[in-house]
Parts: sequence; structure tokens; C-alpha cells
Amino acid sequence: MAKPIPIEINIDNRNYRLEVSPSMRLLDLLREKLDFTATKECCSIGECGACTVLVNGRAVDSCLMLAAEADGATILTAEGLSQDGHLNDLQEAFLEKGAVQCGFCTPGQLISATYLLSHNPHPSREEVEEGMAGNLCRCGCYERIIDAVISVSEKNGGEK
Amino acid sequence: MNFKTVGSPLARSGGLERVTGQQKYVADIKLPSMLESKLVTIDSAHAKILSIDISEAQKVDGVLLVMTANDLPHPVPRFGPQIEDRPVLADKEVKFHGEPVALVVAETIEAAKQAACLVHVQYKELPAIFSVEKALDPSAPLVMDPFLRPNDPKSNTNVFNEHRYGWGEIDESKADIVVENTYSFPMVTHFCIEPHAFIAAPDKDGIAIWSTIQHPYWLQKIIAKLLKLPLSKVRVFAPDPGGGFGGKQHTKYEPALAFAALKLGRPVRLVLTLEESFQAVRRTSCETHIRTGFSKHGRIIFQDIIANYLLGAYVDIADRVVGKGSYAGAGPYNTPAVRILARSILSHTSPATAFRGFGNPEINWAVESNIDEAARLLGIDRLEIRLRNLAKKGDRFIPYDKPADGDWQQTVIKAAELIGWNKPPDPSHHRGIAVGIKLGPTTGLSYSLVRLLADGSAILACGTSDMGQGARSVFAQIVSEELGVPYENIQVVMGDTATVLYDQQTSASRSTVLMGNSILKACYSIHSQLKIKLARAYQIEESQISIDHGIVKFPDHEEEIPKIIKTVLGSLGGEIIGVGEERKEGEKNHPLGGSACFYEFNCTAVDIEVDEKTGDIIIARYATVSDVGKSINSMQVHMQDEGAAVQALGHTLMEHYIFDEKGRIRNLGAADYKIPTTMDLPKEFLSETVENLDGPGPYGAKGMSEGALLCVSSAVASAVSEAIGTTIRDLPLTPERVWQAIHLQK
Repeated sequence: MAKPIPIEINIDNRNYRLEVSPSMRLLDLLREKLDFTATKECCSIGECGACTVLVNGRAVDSCLMLAAEADGATILTAEGLSQDGHLNDLQEAFLEKGAVQCGFCTPGQLISATYLLSHNPHPSREEVEEGMAGNLCRCGCYERIIDAVISVSEKNGGEK
Repeated sequence: MNFKTVGSPLARSGGLERVTGQQKYVADIKLPSMLESKLVTIDSAHAKILSIDISEAQKVDGVLLVMTANDLPHPVPRFGPQIEDRPVLADKEVKFHGEPVALVVAETIEAAKQAACLVHVQYKELPAIFSVEKALDPSAPLVMDPFLRPNDPKSNTNVFNEHRYGWGEIDESKADIVVENTYSFPMVTHFCIEPHAFIAAPDKDGIAIWSTIQHPYWLQKIIAKLLKLPLSKVRVFAPDPGGGFGGKQHTKYEPALAFAALKLGRPVRLVLTLEESFQAVRRTSCETHIRTGFSKHGRIIFQDIIANYLLGAYVDIADRVVGKGSYAGAGPYNTPAVRILARSILSHTSPATAFRGFGNPEINWAVESNIDEAARLLGIDRLEIRLRNLAKKGDRFIPYDKPADGDWQQTVIKAAELIGWNKPPDPSHHRGIAVGIKLGPTTGLSYSLVRLLADGSAILACGTSDMGQGARSVFAQIVSEELGVPYENIQVVMGDTATVLYDQQTSASRSTVLMGNSILKACYSIHSQLKIKLARAYQIEESQISIDHGIVKFPDHEEEIPKIIKTVLGSLGGEIIGVGEERKEGEKNHPLGGSACFYEFNCTAVDIEVDEKTGDIIIARYATVSDVGKSINSMQVHMQDEGAAVQALGHTLMEHYIFDEKGRIRNLGAADYKIPTTMDLPKEFLSETVENLDGPGPYGAKGMSEGALLCVSSAVASAVSEAIGTTIRDLPLTPERVWQAIHLQK
């Protein structure tokens, strides 16, 4: 067995110091080792977006990143979006606009939307389409997911 | 009728858990001392297993069991919803690409995966059948062993079943033109974002199963039979699936896990990869040969249809898909003569199963496209030819079934208006329109339990699976409406066969109607009990009290139910319990075993552009209109219809399995099998309903959510034919196919 690698990592405002195997994916660390099960696994090859998390503010498919590579990183999963038990604007908007059907892709969608709005607070519809294109939804909620993202952008002051 | 909550676009019940990541799907569940497992497969679609060497695999640290068919009772137990043809693990032969030959169970998933690679299977490749043409060749190898269907004269062929329907005399002399074509519908997969997942765990002297299943009670029956246990000792937990679309209706690998868990005395989990889920479930593909006779005025004179549906290596529910999907094959039209022959043909491919639309989209594609062709030949508008033939409410368009149960003209006209049919399209734009029909359930049985609690809140337990369609919201709205309990104070419990009353299944868009009616009855039972108790408490006659939409009406005043519940229950508190039962009995001599509970009817119209340089189809405007009787949750109804449209754009424009020459799927997984994304949406997306309160469900509701998928291919292809001046009769309409059609005719 390869030697475990010590890492320090902050996930949803909680600090962890632990050892991971060199082949462990960030997704496995989250789901299997630390029970952050909001982050989902579907395609395992970085095509579906179900496992999207923010790593130091950037959206990453956690199935494509090794846990060891996240040493020192700050991770945000969908579980960390609510503050003090209150839904944030995106979560509210997803419910209000009907952007949630089965819900399995929802955590990844929310994180991708968070990332999109963090670097482009007032995206055009086309920019939202492009920004969310890496997150598959087989229930076909896309129109409403886009509406939800735009409604948050508008609430924050803005139309482009 | 004045509704309080019914009809409102309330946010999804269960939505909070889903946006916070708290919702637990099967793969999120961890049981103490749970083991992990991995399927062992071979890279062949059809092979004779010569030997399986598990010695190396067993040596991997943490491996506890490498289970093959040899470890199962003999003969190898088989199961299936229609015929018990599917072995728990491959029995001497692999009959489709991905059929498991062994299950490795280990302490960790890493160990299980590693050991799975070290199971050495020696096998002899055999010729694989993966097309209708090859399957019907008299020299083709038999997919199903004849011993599995004794006394069946077809057992020496690959035809599992033939369904024949029809009426009238097909008389070509009365037709002014006959349009004859063959259309193909591709092999596509459900691609739920949640791949199938299962856990089996010994549970005292029985077993508990967690599954992403849509039909937990059907799974319970199958496991009980396989393990020779009473139903009461088989407990199935069915957490809300992450999408189902039909692909999670029936038992898949739960039996193998159950045997392994009992052998080891510990819980065992199996989470499929997306690739494995592609190999586990798919839609029936279909080749439809169709001849349609028309009068010169565009009246349909006859439909003569042969639909060859390709099933997989095991039947699953696919023969029912064929039988029910082709039954209304002639469409919602008054057709004097119809002859339908639909074949269920076996092949060495993934077992086909139910998939949203249940066999109807396959045949709709042929029937509606042929009508377009006739319209062009006869110089009749494509909307007009449909209206000339469309059944009016009450017409027996299928002579021996339920008459047309909606004002379908209204639906069609609404869709035509939304797309602007009577105005000329923008330059370079082209339009298409089509209609679809599907039978609701033919039988059904749904129980429900409603508990009105002492503080005026309520718990509803019912066996429907909420896989995204939003059944929880619809049911909570019904309870809220009838008991006056605020929507947010209603808890909906599902997915546990030990505590939730029996429900036949979640399919055929049945739940709003059948479970909805069951819940209504449970609420009415609570009303009756309330009246008895209130009459006693107020010392008046029961007949002086009435209850309407959650309001108790006394001779001199009115009260909301939650406000008087304390008076009713007294100092001990407790609860009032209502049980509902809704049955749709079968009919013995009916060709499907029962007539339609309702019809789902939809009209879809599109406005598109075709990029001649690339073959790309750009949908400028999309209109879908469904006759839903009554929306219980108006937002969810639109969510369902939009979702159905997006899903149908998948098989219309891009999705299909690709096989190599040996019948192995070459595009397994998300990289090589494209489904719609945010980049594939119509530029303008319109969804409307027709609501005439004429359905058999609560408040006049009909079932919905499949209707909007039925005719999408036909509507889009119709517009494409207009755009490029030639007709493509094979789906999907990929850019490559469209480009070739444009450039080959030049």
C-alpha cells in the first residue's frame, strides 16, 4: 500500500487534519470518509457536474481532483450554502422557480451557479446557459435553473 | 369551486432537503458494518462461460466473497415482472454486454474493485444478435432458452410475443392515396443522474433492502419469492429516487445482493457506475413499417402498422411496453380501419424496460410523420389534416375502449396559436406540429393513510415513489385542501413497505389520479369521524354538520378543522386516522387486461431553423400543451411538461447507443453519449395546459408528465422536412444525418 499523505483542509467552515491515500479522490474524501453526502457522484469522469464543489473559490469536479491535491484548500459544498439555518438567495430561488425535481443534480447546480455569480454577478442569459452547461439535469429543469440564477442576479442589483 | 391550496404553484414538498443537500439517496446511506461490492462483467455481448477462476480475487485483502452462479441455489433462481427469465447472476452464458457473471464483496470498495479485475473468466464468444433484422433471421441463434417458455409455439424464434389489435376492413380501393414508409427509433437510455444503487441487510429472521426502486412492493414480492420468505419478513426501503423515468421500476441486482448479504450476515451495498446503469436499462428501440390510406380530402381511411420493437436479452417489463405502447398506435383519430401488429423481439442487448411514454413515442414517430407526408402530397395544411381526423370528446376512437375524454381540439388549437401557425414564419424559419396520446393505467390499487394529529398538523403515508415528479407536493396539497391543515404542516412519508400501506406501483402517470383519489377517500373518512364526534360534543344531529374543503359548517357558524381538533380529541389528544383505498379493476376480456383510466393528450409545435452548413437544428420557439384536466400544482405541471420536452429532444436530436460489430456498446458513459444541456434549449419555451376538470382524479385531474414527450420527434422532424425539402425517417436527427440529407439530394 502506498504511504498515506497528511493533509489539512477546510470544508464548509470546518477544519480537518487527516491522512488520505494517494489515490483517493476529493469526492471520496467528502462522501465516504467525512460523510459530506450532498456532493453527488454520477459520471465519475468530469462530464455531468453532480460532484461540483468550490476549491478556493473555483468550481471543480471533485471526481477529477485527488484529495491530496486539496491540501491547504478551502472547500465549499452545497451543505455549506445555508447560513445559520437560513437558505441563501440561490437556494430560495431554486425552490421558488421550480428548478428542483429529483434533486440529485441540485447540489452541483447550486455550486456552479455560486461560482458563476461570484465572478460574473450580472450575467446575460447566454452567459448563464454557458456557465451552467457543465451540469446535467435529466429531469430537464434547465430553463428554471437559468431563471433562478438570473433572479438572484437581478435581486443583487442587476440587469446587464 | 374555490380552492385554497389545490392549483397553487407551491414550492416542492421535499425541496428544502434537496437544496441543502440533506436529502438522503440510497448511495448516501451507510449502515454499521456495511460491506461494498462490485459486479464482474466480461467484454462480450454473447458468450458461453467456460470457467470462472476466483482464486486470485479471493486473495485480495478485505475480500469476503466472490459469488458466482455456483454459489446460488440450483437451478439458478430467475426472476422478472412478466416472465421469470432473468438469472440472479449469469447462468452458463452471458446474454448482453454487461451482464454480471459474479459479485465481489469486500470491506472496502477499493478492494472490491481490485478483486473484480482479478476474477478470470474463460469464455467462448458466440454470435450476438442486436438488430431486428438479425433477430428475425430464421438462422439466428435463440436468445431465450426454449425451456423458459414451454408450450409457446414461438419458443424456437426470437419473437417473444406478438400483439395484434384492430378493427374495420382495410380496403385500399377506398383510399385515394396510400403512404407507406419505414421509421426507426433509436436505442436510448434513461441516464438518471442518480445511477442505480442497492443495499441488502439481514434483518432478524428476514431481510431489508434499500433500493432506488420505483415499485418497492413489486421488489418485495420478488425478493420474498426468491428467498422463500413471507412478505412480512422482506422490508424494502425506497428513498426518493434521483430520477427514474421508468428505468427504476423493476428489480435488477437486488436479488444478488440479498443472497450475498444473507451468506455473509452483514449489509452489502452496490452502487452502479453510470456505465453500468447504461447496460442495465434502456428504452425499446423500434422499426415501424406503416401504410396509411387517405381520402383526397385528408380523411384517414386506414392504418396498417407493423412495429418491430427490439427487447433485450431478458424481458423485464418490455413486452408490456410493446403491448400497451402500440395499442393506441393509430393515434387519437377516428380511423375506420386499423390493423396493428407489434412484435416483442429478443436480442443480445441490455434488457429494455419502461421509459417515459411506455412504447408510445416509438410508434407515434411513424404515425404522425406519415400524416405529414400525406398532408404534403394532398396539399392540405398539417394542422388542418389533424383537426379533420381528431376524435371529438366522447368519440370511440378505439372502438372497444374508453371514449375520447377531453376537448382535444382545444389543446391542438392552443398549441397552434402559441406557435403562430396561421402567420407566416420568419424568413428561414420552419414549423412542425404533432399530437400524442397515451393510455393511463389499466389497473391499479393504492392505499393511503392520513393521520390528523392533535395539534392540527397531519401525516400522510403512501407508497408512491417521488422520483422528481413532485408527488409529495400534490398529495400534501390534497390533504391541505380537505383537512384545512397548512401545506407546510403536512409530513409525507413514503418508501418503507413495513410501515406504509401497499401501492401497486409508480408508473403510467397514475399517482395523482389513483393515489390522489385514495388520499381523498382517507380525508373523507376523517370527515365522517369528525362529524360523529362533533355531533356528540355539540349535541346536535350529524346531518346538521357538513365539511367542505377543510371547513366544518355548523348550523350557526363555521370553523376550520385544525381549530376544532382539540375539542374533538379531548384531553387525551391522540389523532384521527383515515385510510383510503382506490382500485381500478382489470377487465377480463379487454386486450390489455383493462381499459384506460384516462388518456394523456398533448400537442407540441415548434419553430426551427436548420443551419445548412452544419446540419444543426436550432429551435427558435417551442410550444407544448397538455390536457391535464386540473393542475393540482400548476408549477409542477409545467416543470413536468418542460422536462418531458427536454428529455424528448434528447432522443430526437442526439441520443443513441452505438454498437460495434460484436454487439458491444461503444459509447458507454457521459463523454460519448450526449444528452441535452443548457446549450440545447429552445430559445423560447412555452408550456400551457387545458383544464376542463374532466379527469377521473381529484378535482377533475388527469395523469400527466409523459404526454409532453410523446410527439416531440414528429413535431421537430416535420419542421426539418419543411426546411430541407426531404424527409429523414431515422432518429436521432443528428447534425451529421441532417447535413447528409441536405447534401445528398443536391
